[in-house]
Amino acid sequence: MNTTSWEAVLTLPVSPARDHIRGPVDAPVSLVEYGDYECPYCGAAHPIVKEIQSLMGDQLQFVYRHFPLTTVHLHAEQAAEAAEAAGAQGRFWAMHDVLFENQQRLDAPYLHAYAEALGLDVGQFDRELIEHVHAGRVREDFMSGVRSGVNGTPTFYINGVRHDGSFELPVLQAALRRATSVGA
Amino acid sequence: MTDTHSEPAMPLAPGTMAPDFQLPSGPDQEVRLSGFRGRPVILAFYPADWSPVCTDQMVLYQELMPEFQKYDAELFGISVDGVWCHKAFAEHRNLQYPLLADFEPKGEVSRAYHAYQAGEGMSERALFVIDAEGSVHWSYVSPPQVNPGAEGILRALEDLAARQVVS
Repeated sequence: MNTTSWEAVLTLPVSPARDHIRGPVDAPVSLVEYGDYECPYCGAAHPIVKEIQSLMGDQLQFVYRHFPLTTVHLHAEQAAEAAEAAGAQGRFWAMHDVLFENQQRLDAPYLHAYAEALGLDVGQFDRELIEHVHAGRVREDFMSGVRSGVNGTPTFYINGVRHDGSFELPVLQAALRRATSVGA
Repeated sequence: MTDTHSEPAMPLAPGTMAPDFQLPSGPDQEVRLSGFRGRPVILAFYPADWSPVCTDQMVLYQELMPEFQKYDAELFGISVDGVWCHKAFAEHRNLQYPLLADFEPKGEVSRAYHAYQAGEGMSERALFVIDAEGSVHWSYVSPPQVNPGAEGILRALEDLAARQVVS
C-alpha cells in the first residue's frame, strides 16, 4: 500500500457516564452529532435533528459532542462550555436548544441571561465559565471527533459510522431507517 | 476526455525523497523545505483559497496546531493561488501557519509531488507527512470535494515519534 486510509468510525464509544444522551440508552439506532454552537450549518441542522427525534421517538438515541472551530467562531468555545456548565446543573439540553436558537447572541452577557432564564445557579454558572472548568471536557470531545474523522461541522455518526450524506431531513431519515432495519 | 476523475491520483509514495522546493510564503518571504530537516513537515496541498471545503480543512488544521506542535511538526498549506490571495485568505480565516504559493511556474511543486490536477489547473487535495530526514513517510489524496480531516496526519506523526523511540 502506498497510502494509508482509515474507516471513519467513532473512536470514543457513546457512554451514558460521560455523554449527553437524549432518548433511550438502549435505542436500536444511535445518532451522534459533532457540532459548534456558532456554526450556521449546525444551526440549520438543529431543527432537523429535533424533528427526527420526534418522528423516531424511542427508536433513536441522540448524542451531542462539541467541536468548536474557535479559529473562525469566536464564541463557540465559550458557548460549548456554557452548555456543559448548564449540564453540571442538569440542564444541558435546555441550554443546548437556547444556544442553537440564538446563534447570533453568544456573548457572555447573553449566556448569563440564558442561565438565569433557565433557573440555574448563576453564581456557579458564571464561575465555571470564568475558570474554564469545562474546557477539558470540550477539548476531549473535540479530539475524539478529530480521531474519528470529523472534518467539518456538523458531522454525524449513525451507529458509530460516519454519515457522509447531507443532513437534509429525507436523507438523514433514510439513513437512520436503514440503520434501524439492519440493527433489528 | 480521459476519465481521470474516477481514478484517485497516486501521490508521491512513502519512502521516496521529498522533492526540495522554495516557495513564497508571503509578499517578501520564502520557505525552503530542506530548511526544516530534523523535524517532521506536513504538506497540505489543496485546490483553492476560499472554496468551502478548503476553508473547513484549513481551519481544522489551525485548530490542531497545538497537537502538531507536540511532535515539533511544521505545517504548510500549498495551492496555486498567489501570495496576495493567500494573505487575504489567511487573514480572513485567522490562519497562523504559512500558505505557500505554487504560482509561478504554476503548479510546479504540486506536479513534483504528483498532486496536481492538470485538467483543472489546481493542486489535488493531498497530504504528505515528511520525516526528519526529508523522505515521504505518509501520503494521501482525497477526492477534491472531500475534506480528509486530520486523523491520517496525527497517525503518521505518532508513527514517526514511535519509530524515533525504537531506533
